Amino acid sequence: MKVKDVAEKLSLKIFSAPEGLNREVTGGYTSDLLSDVMGHAQEGHIWITLQTHKNIMAVASLKDIAAIILVKGFIPEPETIELSAQEGIPVLGSSSEAFELSGKLYEMLK
Amino acid sequence: MLLEYKVEGGDFTQAGYASSQIKKTLKQLNVDPAVIKRVVIALYEAEVNIVAHAYRGVIYAQVEGSGIKLRLEDEGPGIPDIERAMTPGFSTASQQVREMGFGAGMGLPNISDNADSFKIESSVGKGTTLYIEIKFR
Repeated sequence: MKVKDVAEKLSLKIFSAPEGLNREVTGGYTSDLLSDVMGHAQEGHIWITLQTHKNIMAVASLKDIAAIILVKGFIPEPETIELSAQEGIPVLGSSSEAFELSGKLYEMLK
Repeated sequence: MLLEYKVEGGDFTQAGYASSQIKKTLKQLNVDPAVIKRVVIALYEAEVNIVAHAYRGVIYAQVEGSGIKLRLEDEGPGIPDIERAMTPGFSTASQQVREMGFGAGMGLPNISDNADSFKIESSVGKGTTLYIEIKFR
């Protein structure tokens, strides 16, 4: 499944890096702790979080994350969008909560 | 090959830069992706520790045919109780740092889990040096 398919099925807003929508999704990880994501997310995962600052892009890039989904209507900071575009890793958004989104994504990917 | 990067304490806007550069270098050298992943986790955690806790520091990365040796020297408050610092979940990070999702007490355990050898030398009031070694095979 591609990021594009996830974005369509979950009606996600695309904040940045539309060119990254063809990235392959292998799974997901939900966490707001950067060290937790560094230690445990895998390449190709979609990362669900409420963190909006630019350091999430550093982590996403280092871990080869497929895309980030911001929850509860949170919007990325301008520097986050800038880095997302540079890295080609999309930042997506939803008004749903992390629990709900994670459940839906899990169902889609299992 | 010896790479060297300066890290400023408190400057989260640049956190991860050295890790990203070293990741690129290892990719160019065709190092096993599984090994690069371990280097990146250990190095990013160590880099963020300098940003979050120290005044400034330098990262030295010695890349050899057999592996990578990282030395992270910082000028900072030092670690009074290294054993306690290594305990998962223990953290002395500020509230501000924690709100960003850092400082969850997972950094040093993450380094330890991903390194082939890991040593901490620290002097309270002066600074801390981390020695991390990861073999390519």
